[in-house]
Amino acid sequence: MPETKLTKNAAGRSVPMEINGKPVVPYEGVGKHIAAGVKHSPKIYSCKDFPSDGNKRVGTLKEALKKAGLKDGMTVSTHHHFRNGDMLANQLFDIAKEMGVKDLRWFPSASFPCHEHLIQYLEDGTIHHIEGSMNGALGRFASQGKMKGVGVLRSHGGRYQAVQDGEVKIDIAVIGAACADPFGNANGLYGDSATGLLGFALADSQYADKVIVVTDNMVTFPCVPWQIQGNYVDYTVEVNKLGDPEKIISGTTRITKSPDRLLLAEITAKFCDETGIIHDGFSFQSGAGGTSLAVGEFFKKIMQKKGIKARFARGGSNKYLVSMLEEGLIDYILDGQTFDMEGIRSMAENPGHVRTSPFTSYNYHGKGNFAGMVDVAILGATEVDVNFNANVVTHSDGYLLHGIGGWQNCLFSKTVILPIPLFRDRIPVVVDEVTTLCGPGELIDVIVTERGIAVNPLRTDLLEKLKGSDLPVKSINELKDEAEKICGKPEKAHFDDQIIAVVKWVDGTVLDVVRKVR
Amino acid sequence: MKQQQKIAEAGIAGPKVRSDCYVKLELTEKGGVRINLDSKVKSMYGSSIEQLCRNEIEFFGIDNIKLTLKDAGALPFTISARLEAAVKQISDTGKEFIPDMIDENKYPPVRDRFRFSRLYLPGNNPKMMLNAGVHNPDGIILDLEDSVAPAKKMEARLLVRNALRQVNFYGSERMVRINQLPDGLEDLKYIIPHNVHVVLVPKCENASQIKQVEEEISNLIKKHKIIQEVFLMPIIETALGVEKAFEIASASENIVALAIGLEDLTADLGVVRTNEATETLFARTRLVNACKAAGIQAIDSVFSDVGDMEGLRQSVKISRSLGFEGMGCIHPRQISIIHECFAPSKEEIEKAQKIMDVFYTAKEKGLGVIALGSKMIDLPVVKRAEKTINLAVKLGLIPETRNP
Repeated sequence: MPETKLTKNAAGRSVPMEINGKPVVPYEGVGKHIAAGVKHSPKIYSCKDFPSDGNKRVGTLKEALKKAGLKDGMTVSTHHHFRNGDMLANQLFDIAKEMGVKDLRWFPSASFPCHEHLIQYLEDGTIHHIEGSMNGALGRFASQGKMKGVGVLRSHGGRYQAVQDGEVKIDIAVIGAACADPFGNANGLYGDSATGLLGFALADSQYADKVIVVTDNMVTFPCVPWQIQGNYVDYTVEVNKLGDPEKIISGTTRITKSPDRLLLAEITAKFCDETGIIHDGFSFQSGAGGTSLAVGEFFKKIMQKKGIKARFARGGSNKYLVSMLEEGLIDYILDGQTFDMEGIRSMAENPGHVRTSPFTSYNYHGKGNFAGMVDVAILGATEVDVNFNANVVTHSDGYLLHGIGGWQNCLFSKTVILPIPLFRDRIPVVVDEVTTLCGPGELIDVIVTERGIAVNPLRTDLLEKLKGSDLPVKSINELKDEAEKICGKPEKAHFDDQIIAVVKWVDGTVLDVVRKVR
Repeated sequence: MKQQQKIAEAGIAGPKVRSDCYVKLELTEKGGVRINLDSKVKSMYGSSIEQLCRNEIEFFGIDNIKLTLKDAGALPFTISARLEAAVKQISDTGKEFIPDMIDENKYPPVRDRFRFSRLYLPGNNPKMMLNAGVHNPDGIILDLEDSVAPAKKMEARLLVRNALRQVNFYGSERMVRINQLPDGLEDLKYIIPHNVHVVLVPKCENASQIKQVEEEISNLIKKHKIIQEVFLMPIIETALGVEKAFEIASASENIVALAIGLEDLTADLGVVRTNEATETLFARTRLVNACKAAGIQAIDSVFSDVGDMEGLRQSVKISRSLGFEGMGCIHPRQISIIHECFAPSKEEIEKAQKIMDVFYTAKEKGLGVIALGSKMIDLPVVKRAEKTINLAVKLGLIPETRNP
């Protein structure tokens, strides 16, 4: 490993000036970094070079990859709408291995436990490094310092920004779609591998040099609606099976039965009610985690009782959100990721169920985005510190175990609430200093735990509204002390100097690093 | 010394285990104290866990031992209870390794308090204990009886003892259900010195069982120089117990309530338990009557379908209408519904307030006959209204009444 030059960024974290041989900008503060220059420009192509009948089919994915010119050192992207049922990314690198290609940069919008298969290719040099979430086994592998290059963790919006700004130039985008035509128009709505949306592949289709659409449900032109436009697509491939439908449907979309989490959800909803966040025409971010879903159910009860409705809910759709839409409690679902069959059905038939993308919802280098317009976002965290900074990617033992997802982007909502347990087993969640900084405290407004609520002192308006409330409002330091009283004061995790991944902020600057676990 | 046994195990390990641990001890001839620690939280608490184990082994006077600890994030009170449970299998030590009593747990028992909800927790499951108080039940029952496997009784006693000292009960009434006598008498040694408020005596069928429990408690109180009272809540779970309800209810001044256990009672009666519970109507009304006659609270059984909140609501309403003043719960989500349904409703409070208003006006004017609208109001009606108002005030539903 060459010597890495470090500097302190605006959050006080030591970060490198260079990642994988390319210069990077250290984090400068929320809204401080000035974006300059022009967006990435893909090459100009001409119709004369494509089949005039629109039939871009090739026999196999291998053939398509060969035609697309797959070679050493390229950046290859995939999306994660198939979630843990994805079969495509594994196939893709099986082929790369067969072709003897080395040092690829895999640029997924997220990875899942099913991608453990790829560890062998990280070991044998087929894949140089991953830029995208590294969960479970991949995270563990990276945390042990075994990946050749440095991983780069970005939010969904940050991924769009990186592609748009030319930070990441995708050589070949491989886009799996539940339904496509030979021209390359594609959607996720119909077929055995239905995913609802394909929004995470939008940037890839727009900016990659070569685009391959792979489907297990090839229909005669036109495939409508075209969530991916065939005009961006070079080759189309039909395969037997893209994904495992049972695993495409997320396992997380069930309301928690844990009494402790339900309590967190109930307190969160009560907080939103008492502070007037729930009002006629409000909007909320909806996640797919058990606690977040439960918050939605408590919102529903409050809205029904008050006879009010929400203008929109944005985020991941699921049967609970769909039932609210169908009962008239929400005017619109602005869907970023469809989590279950009900979501897919609703999106196909209900005009109030609207598809969005990381561009519309999250991209920070645009002329605004939807996330900032949301009244309240209920999010998770692995750790929060006394300055309200939060971590979502590592655990207190230092292991990289989760991706950022849309989490950073949602921090721009008007009020951000993190309902989290004070401790998990013996691991304190409210701590002195987060292991990895993923979200600056100035954007995080409320911490709800089962043992009390802490409001960021910056939110004097919320504190004012809570006067006279019987909600258990405490300071964040009181919560931290309580966690330590129960669990004991933890020793700090021991890290090696080696940087195994960096966390990017929404504007492409480097917020923090993840180091090798000793 | 129990020389024959050299190896002992306690606790539990496995992929699904959380907040608990497994301990294996092997007595050795030499080599000192060797600890093999495998812990989920080793990077954060490894050295403090090891220190705790060393202190405890030294406390029990063991010089040479091999300790294997598989820890899934257990808190110190659990680790120490598991280790003690293992030590006691290979040593006949009479010593107890007792953790500190946290300040938050030092509040005394109160005879007259609401006992709407009391949450049952398996006495050998530390995970469920940690957040129980946060759900705000009126009482928390650490159960040593039915929820603990026969082979785990000793482990559970030690865990319950440590939990009584170290787990914050957040103001809930601190209860333990002991085993049926005579084992239950042994249980008392592990709980009475640790600020237990109410001892639940299962399968009670006569006053002499209560006497035995009381005698053992008073011995322990003297031995440990305890100044506060320990209350009793016998549980009636058999046909015979139902017949003897009044005898039991009036067996001791320390009895604050009788509870009924319908699972065992229906088995004893040879009937199927239903949500409507008509099959136990007699038993329940009999129990209520005995309690009222003895001046104590009547507490209903648990509602066992934790998924059916509407069924629970109906069940509590019936319970209350029969004269019960509380109910057991087996899931924290049942607590708020039970509280809501035992509390007087808005309409009941308003009606009671009207009656009291009329009553005081009539009293001021020296009127003998009181009427609300066309209805005559006699003294029992006023008394009931007064009870409702007092209850509502205590629950914070209405402010302190303006009337004298």
